[in-house]
Amino acid sequence: MIYQIPFIAVALLVLIGLYAVVFKRNLIKIVIGITIIESGVNLFLITLGYREGSIAPIYHGTEEAIRSLPVPQALTLTSIVIGVAVLALMLSFIVYIYRHYNTLDVRKIVGGDEE
Amino acid sequence: MNQILDFLVLHSPALVVAIPLLGAFLTVLVSKIGNRVRNIFVIIISALTSIFALLLSYDVFTNGIRIYVFGGSYNPGETMIRILFEIDGINAFMLIIAAILPFVAIIYSWAFMNEQTGLDKYYTLILLITAGMLGMMMTGDMFNFFVFLEITSIASAALIAFWTNKGNAVAAGFKYIVISAIGALFVLLAIALLYGQYDALNMAILANNIQFGLLDKMALVLILAALAMKAGIVPMHMWLPDAYGRAPSSVTVVLIGTTLASLYGVFRVIFTIYGNHIMTSLRTIGEFILTPGLTIGILIIALAVLTIIVGVFMAIKQSDFKRMIAFAAVAEIGYIFLAIGAAFSTFYANPETGAATLTHSGEIALKGGIFHILNDALDVSLLFLVAGAIYFTAKTTSLNKLGGLARNMKYTSVFFLIGLLAVSGLPPMNGFASKLMIYQSTYQVNPILAIVAILCSILLLATFVKVLHSAFLGPKISNLENIKEVPRSMLIAMGIIACLIIFIGLFPNLVVETVVTPAANALKNASQYIAMITGGF
Repeated sequence: MIYQIPFIAVALLVLIGLYAVVFKRNLIKIVIGITIIESGVNLFLITLGYREGSIAPIYHGTEEAIRSLPVPQALTLTSIVIGVAVLALMLSFIVYIYRHYNTLDVRKIVGGDEE
Repeated sequence: MNQILDFLVLHSPALVVAIPLLGAFLTVLVSKIGNRVRNIFVIIISALTSIFALLLSYDVFTNGIRIYVFGGSYNPGETMIRILFEIDGINAFMLIIAAILPFVAIIYSWAFMNEQTGLDKYYTLILLITAGMLGMMMTGDMFNFFVFLEITSIASAALIAFWTNKGNAVAAGFKYIVISAIGALFVLLAIALLYGQYDALNMAILANNIQFGLLDKMALVLILAALAMKAGIVPMHMWLPDAYGRAPSSVTVVLIGTTLASLYGVFRVIFTIYGNHIMTSLRTIGEFILTPGLTIGILIIALAVLTIIVGVFMAIKQSDFKRMIAFAAVAEIGYIFLAIGAAFSTFYANPETGAATLTHSGEIALKGGIFHILNDALDVSLLFLVAGAIYFTAKTTSLNKLGGLARNMKYTSVFFLIGLLAVSGLPPMNGFASKLMIYQSTYQVNPILAIVAILCSILLLATFVKVLHSAFLGPKISNLENIKEVPRSMLIAMGIIACLIIFIGLFPNLVVETVVTPAANALKNASQYIAMITGGF
């Protein structure tokens, strides 16, 4: 059971994030939802890379131990970096949107969208 | 000389991505020298990229599949955690599109974006999209695909919102980045699901090992949903008209390329990674024998018909020219999907060998669908460039405020006429050639599909004839009396695409035989693609 907890957390995080994206009307909350989904996916990748009793794949010299493959960690790092870029871009869009519409409510922005 | 050429062709997969990537960041430096120097520099970079992409696809069409491993050599069959590019027929075909569109867009931008500020960033982002798009079309690694997908999404979103003084452009950009971010995270989740089971990220190794269990099906759903969203299939198309309509026209042309790159991702996943299982495994429900190929085929056909109908009907009611073309672009993507779905539904397991086989009409459908990718890219791009030309001279694309443009803009009018005939599938333009193949083959699958497809083509014609009448013909409008023909660089860009449209329209057989057939063969028979990595089976 204890090993299932990360996977349950992943499912919860992704669902909570999706809920925020679909049902929240504030742009900032939508962005928060996306970052929550991203955390869920990153947690999933990290969990996949975990092997019980394994050590980091650095050459220590003598000991004979299972070394975990660092690919999932590398993927997670890449994904985090991309996530930061996307987050920054989304937030800067929100700044511009706020300047144009003076609101962060999705409904009002769509209403003002028609020319 | 020959040796240098061979060397360049050998390393072209890396160069095709490296040149625009390097050029993108050099552009910011070069633009310190002067605007003219920067424009020439960007055109040279883009032309070099296109030349290498075309060289590479020519090489693939003549010598077969190419593998390019980064950071070392490889031996088929051994475990491998390296990034590699694998280019087969369908990749080479997509490379042709990716070689044409950004080059045309950059030539067009010379005059179109001339009076804007922040052009160094504009060109940087266009070159970044080019690099990302080409990477998506060549990579043989799932995670690498995700990275390039994100590069293209971020750069495209920033470019959609390039006119930040317009609120709705920024809103469209935000919509696009939200859609792309969620889509890309779904793709990443699916990749993690696959990696967790098979310890591999390489597409060919995944395709070789895949079991088609529950987790694989979940991954398939996630990837298909995300990539279909990025390609603009109907229940998930709402970002596309905004993004295409609000972005500068030159950006829209590049965006069409990224949409088609996502479409390629769909093909790669369903035909190669899951292909063997989807096409051959059987499921019996009661007395029916249901192949997953048929199920997915029917699903794709249903979505495609919906896409065509919604796209066309929404196009008719628009009063803004650019949004109208954007909805027409949605419908065109629907035609591609219709053909692919029709092909998919005719897959059957060969009783003797067990291998997946296509019926004759399925084969025509597959070729027609692939051919239509190229034609869709050209036709819709030409229309968007014409819309950009109208915006450039008249400062509006609203049809209510336009009229009599043909009196002063004779070349643009001719290009519009070519685009109109091509997009509605009339001879002798290229749209006719591929749409005829689609009608012909979908009629074999189900006559209703062909009827819907033809009717919607006629409605597209009606839509654009309305534009022809209200914007180009008729009396002059008082405030549009002094407009002039657009500058030469825009005419050249439109001319390149118009020439390609007419060329393909006049010699469809040549194009089908040289580029479309290898692409179709690569899709329907993935075993060679897989065997190049795994070392045969």
